[in-house]
Amino acid sequence: MTGTGKLLRLILRRDRFVLPAWVLGLGLLPYIYVTGFDTLFSTDQERIGYAHISAANTGFVALYGPLHGDSVGELVVWRGGFLPVMVGLAALLTVIRHTRADEEAGRTELLGATVVGRFAPLAAALTATMAAGLAMGAVVAATLIGHGLPAAGSVALGTVFAVTAGFFAGVGAVAAQISGGARGARTIAVLVLGVSYVLRMAGDVSALGDGTLGWLAWLSPLGWGHRIFPFGTDDWGPAALAVLCTILTVAGAGYLLTRRDLGGGLVAGRLGPATAAASLRSPVALAWRLHRGLLIGWTAGFAALGLIFGAVASSVVALAEDSAGVGDVFARIGGTDTVLDGYFATVAPICGVIAACYAVQAALRLRDEEQSGHAEAILSTDVSRFAWAGSHLIFALIGPAAALLAEGLMAGLLHGDVALLVNAAVVQIPAVWVLAGLAMLLIGVLPRLASLAWAAIAGCLALMMAGPLLELDQLVLDVSPFTHVPRVPAVAFTGVPLLVLTLIAAALGGAGLIALRRRDIG
Amino acid sequence: MADVIDVEGLIKRFGAVTALDGLDLRVPVGEVHGFLGPNGAGKTTTIRVLLGLMRADGGTARLLGGDPWAEATALHRRLAYVPGDVTLWPTLTGGEVIDLLGRLRGGLDRGRRDELIERFELDPRKKSRAYSKGNRQKVALVAALASDVELLILDEPTSGLDPLMEEVFREVILQEKRRGDRTVLLSSHILAEVEALCDRLTIIRAGRAVETGTLAGLRHLTRTSIRAELAGPVHGLAAIPGVHGLTTEDGRVAFDVEADALEPALRSLVAAGVRSLVSQPPSLEEIFLRHYTQDGAGARDEAGARDEAGAR
Repeated sequence: MTGTGKLLRLILRRDRFVLPAWVLGLGLLPYIYVTGFDTLFSTDQERIGYAHISAANTGFVALYGPLHGDSVGELVVWRGGFLPVMVGLAALLTVIRHTRADEEAGRTELLGATVVGRFAPLAAALTATMAAGLAMGAVVAATLIGHGLPAAGSVALGTVFAVTAGFFAGVGAVAAQISGGARGARTIAVLVLGVSYVLRMAGDVSALGDGTLGWLAWLSPLGWGHRIFPFGTDDWGPAALAVLCTILTVAGAGYLLTRRDLGGGLVAGRLGPATAAASLRSPVALAWRLHRGLLIGWTAGFAALGLIFGAVASSVVALAEDSAGVGDVFARIGGTDTVLDGYFATVAPICGVIAACYAVQAALRLRDEEQSGHAEAILSTDVSRFAWAGSHLIFALIGPAAALLAEGLMAGLLHGDVALLVNAAVVQIPAVWVLAGLAMLLIGVLPRLASLAWAAIAGCLALMMAGPLLELDQLVLDVSPFTHVPRVPAVAFTGVPLLVLTLIAAALGGAGLIALRRRDIG
Repeated sequence: MADVIDVEGLIKRFGAVTALDGLDLRVPVGEVHGFLGPNGAGKTTTIRVLLGLMRADGGTARLLGGDPWAEATALHRRLAYVPGDVTLWPTLTGGEVIDLLGRLRGGLDRGRRDELIERFELDPRKKSRAYSKGNRQKVALVAALASDVELLILDEPTSGLDPLMEEVFREVILQEKRRGDRTVLLSSHILAEVEALCDRLTIIRAGRAVETGTLAGLRHLTRTSIRAELAGPVHGLAAIPGVHGLTTEDGRVAFDVEADALEPALRSLVAAGVRSLVSQPPSLEEIFLRHYTQDGAGARDEAGARDEAGAR
């Protein structure tokens, strides 16, 4: 453990912008939701009616989690139910970035030869991440108490954030030991997060119906957070369970660390072919090798998502059109007035944003290839920059489209209306392409800031989640390409916005390609 | 026939930093050309400009008779490149990378590929992730050497190889040299390697070529070091212009002498009566060290130059 303090300072120095950004960005959101609800409901009556309808709406429960009361606090907890997923993601990525990614880059080796203990890098990464999680919880609690919400509930919601960060920091630490590289570690940890979300979703939706599968939510670390019931029963049992499991994962990671060599993983490398297959002779063939895992994984994940969304839709109770006030609230949240269409109209753009994550990840692979020096090897052969960039870009365009198609198809097969749900899914593709085009533009023009494409996705998600609730100006909402996608199950299909989005995507991507051709590589 | 590489007054800036400051480099067909310079002198930047990965801010660069920026891909069909820091796709095996790079260059000689893999003792079935730096370098070397190309650009190709493999590398390059139609640009700071392989060399410092020519020619420019045991006292040696660092002790003298002053210096030794004489031609290392100093005055005094380099 020697040197942990010094490494901790190094992490805080390297992440001096990133860490505060996610601590504040996520920590302040519950407070923003509170102010949103304050302006949305003019009377308690409206709020209570909205809460009762939302609590029975399968789509909302699937997305955000269960809603057990009608106070402002409980509504905020429920509406912010997706935030723990982002907290977990931030935590696991931070830990992997400072453990496995450093190890892969050889920085750990450099540090390990100095007076730094074997466990120090892992301990420092976990300490930094968990401290950030605690700070985020403190921000949540302080802002809500400051706004006049009950103190116990505010602290309980802060605790949800903190224990989620802690647990997924532990997951990141374990994944970093199992895999042979940072990319593999991220895949394993994100998979755990995804499975947690799906288990929670399935359990919560089942609890709305006959409840036979309600126990599934107890298998999910994200489900524990919801079972603290902040502002309701403020039950601390699940929080203690999360802390206990966090200790177990951290101990597990420490044990695994002693079982492997620096740079090695638990999964031993196997020998491969001594010669390349005859097909491996073009940049696209190479890109296929590099992207196929991503493509298969994302498409399978989206197919599973479609199965869940479709299954949930079948059990959605068609709620009677209620009083005018409540209908109005629904119109603002979902942009529609029937519950089932509202459900699909909520789910489809979320799939779109998730698919955009894949698009940006695949497009930024181009920048990875450049930074790791692989581009130099390819571009010093008979391969033009267009061909090289295009070979990756094609996966950033086709991959998310395939994933969305799989989602729509599966949802449609279970729900019964394939055409409708495939349509709802594929209309997201042009908006996804805009973000891929933006990533390409950044790679071409501002290569050092290419990861800003992630910030753009976060912005789209924030606008989608909080924009209508906060009644933001339409001009602000219009910044997100997803605002322009016709909300197909609820609204009739129109082609013009999709054509315009496609053209914008092509213009952004084309400008990026031209800029890439004119700049220095490496 | 035109030169394979013809660079004149090349300028490349990165913001406020000038990486190449009017660099000249000329390599004719069939030559193995040493490209020497301390770290950060601009060797890799020059190579990147020649490969069309970077655009020069000034000067001209011609590669195989074409413009390396505008005609990059067409020219790349005729060359192979081994980067100084070889990174490979972690999930591909070494053999797959060799085949892929060879095919992207327009095909490689199967027999030659297998022969080189054997000589470099490389296991092509291992995933690139599992290779050490030296083994990654071998992968890039085999891919380059097995391609039928006119020009090989090698950026510090042996920096990760063990001495045995370094020897194999030298043998292979000498074999290439005997073919006569292959040109090699060998960036290196392993001087023994350059001395063993190169016909001509260019030394660069701070983005400029400070010396270029054959090794013999460069030696002529610098000093021979002489140690002698004499029968009697020597007179007038210190007064000869071009004699440096003279020390006398119990009838032994030691000094460095410039080529032009060699004859008068030897004459005065003979006049004193020579019992034994050791003369050492200047090593490449000395030629190289002479250019480490930033100011020309320091370069006059070799000892001073070394001290300055050491202090830095």
